[in-house]
Amino acid sequence: MKLPLPFRRGRKTPQAAQRGLVSLADWRNRRFRWTLSTVHTLTLVALLIIGLGPILWLAKAAVTPTQDTLRQPLALWPNGFDLSLLTRAFTQIHIERYFMNTIWIAAGSWICQITVATTAGYALSVLRPRGGRFLYGLVLATLFVPAIVLLVPLYLTVLSMPIVNIKLVDTFWAVWLPAGASAFNVVLIKRFFDNLPREIFEAAQVDGAGPFRLFWSIVLPLSRPIVGVVSVFAVIATWKDYLWPMLVLPTPANQPLSVRLPTLERGIQLDLFLASLAISTLFPIVLFLIFQRMFLSGGGISGAIKG
Amino acid sequence: MSVRAEPAVAASGVRKRRGPLTWVSRDGLSKLVFLLPLLLIFGTFSWFPILRSFVMAVQHTNLVSPATFVGLDNFATVLADPLFGTSVANTAYFALLALIIGYPIPLVLAVIMSETRRFKGLYSALAYLPVVVPPVVAVLLWKVFYKGGSNGAFNSILGAVGLGPIQWLGDAAMAMPAVVVEATWAAFGGTVIIYLAALLSVPPELYDAAEVDGASIWQKIRYVTLPHLRGILFITLILQLIATAQVFTEPFLLTSGGPANATTTVLLLIYQYAFGSSLGGHFGEAAALSLILAAFLGVFTAVYFWLTRSWSTES
Repeated sequence: MKLPLPFRRGRKTPQAAQRGLVSLADWRNRRFRWTLSTVHTLTLVALLIIGLGPILWLAKAAVTPTQDTLRQPLALWPNGFDLSLLTRAFTQIHIERYFMNTIWIAAGSWICQITVATTAGYALSVLRPRGGRFLYGLVLATLFVPAIVLLVPLYLTVLSMPIVNIKLVDTFWAVWLPAGASAFNVVLIKRFFDNLPREIFEAAQVDGAGPFRLFWSIVLPLSRPIVGVVSVFAVIATWKDYLWPMLVLPTPANQPLSVRLPTLERGIQLDLFLASLAISTLFPIVLFLIFQRMFLSGGGISGAIKG
Repeated sequence: MSVRAEPAVAASGVRKRRGPLTWVSRDGLSKLVFLLPLLLIFGTFSWFPILRSFVMAVQHTNLVSPATFVGLDNFATVLADPLFGTSVANTAYFALLALIIGYPIPLVLAVIMSETRRFKGLYSALAYLPVVVPPVVAVLLWKVFYKGGSNGAFNSILGAVGLGPIQWLGDAAMAMPAVVVEATWAAFGGTVIIYLAALLSVPPELYDAAEVDGASIWQKIRYVTLPHLRGILFITLILQLIATAQVFTEPFLLTSGGPANATTTVLLLIYQYAFGSSLGGHFGEAAALSLILAAFLGVFTAVYFWLTRSWSTES
């Protein structure tokens, strides 16, 4: 007879190994084991259909002519391949243009968020100016204000900036600059800086480092891990954003993929549209497969908590 | 004269020590330089718009004619709008459906997945895959699946077992559940990952102890697992309520609030007040409705921060 699974894994002390809900005695019980593996197999099949199914369907539809997709939407194998759809998404739709817009918007928002968060975190945590606690309180207070309150007044602000009267609408600045006002980032970075040992700063100051040198050569290199976390959030958030870029980037040539795709839906053939959807999904999925571990462990958790 | 001048010099010397020049040499300037991005960006794009929303809520403003103060008229207009009741009811219905459909699924999946001994990574990768698909792409893809005729993807599944076809998005009764199912598909993976991590923190001794007392697997779930997840379950519940109260992309792109306003949520109404083609330009009403929603959400947000705070100090 086969040994129960926990023993087969070759762990040194199966009893001490991380056990879960199911006990070793349960694992030894053949009927129980059979039930459990049935449940697991069913779950795996369900996850395959639900999680992977729609994406595979999209991949198939991306190379299937419209008539095929319309007539037999659930056919496992297309009657005729039309690989030209993938090239037409570039030559006809110019999907690469909107893709580059997405990249630009994400990159600019990232720079803005990192600049604001690191300088503010450094000032509030290390330099500690007078009134710093009050300022930090003001930053914390914005965490309690849901984004929706900002929608209309922020739109009017980028329509005509206060005092300087500059119109940001229809430029990437309208997405980049507001992205920097993320209280979550400032709190995260400030807390990280709070935990850095003060002795390092004092030693650097004794060696004659000024506040700029301290920031550039000591604090920034030390804060690489937290800057990485903030960067991932920043890029994912801008990649997913829809409502704000739709409002402030009315000219199609400036729009990111997320804003452009819904308007394409009405104007082009279904097969070409689905090919464009598939191409837009490819990049995030490849990124996910590369950085899978990070998404599925700690990073994903705080990312989800951030909401 | 010279005798009299002396105290003045001394006084100016004292003053100079606190004057701008010494302030600069004491790193005051560099402190200001490092605070500048925060002050400028938060000032312009966070603090100022928040204050402005309070002002706008009591103003009649449409960008064309100059703004006039109208007191609480905007709130009265919004509350009297028949669409206000509809949108609140729709948002509550969305939240309720999301709770019934979307809330238990990740928990059940996580409990099952945490007991797998093989392909653990495969399970969580498959569950997380929909989260990776950009939300707009997910919505547009599901819109194709929901196509109404007998040739729609979901209707051909129903047709195979002799049911349907259903007008998923065209039927006022079906539209909201259809939107919720799509939203659940797009989001459940993230919650599964949270629960999986939380399940790891259940001390195995507790299960051992429960088994000594002869507990069955259901009793272990009921008396060990679930009580241990209570904190995180409550947090995901509040986060879900905050998120569902602000749902926009899914109903906006799937149904545009239709049919017959069956999926017009509060956020869609705010959007229509401010930017809609027929209502548009009613910025005062939009600000008023935003503040009403914010006051409601503020309660949840406060509870959430209070919870996570006591949570992080405990562990």
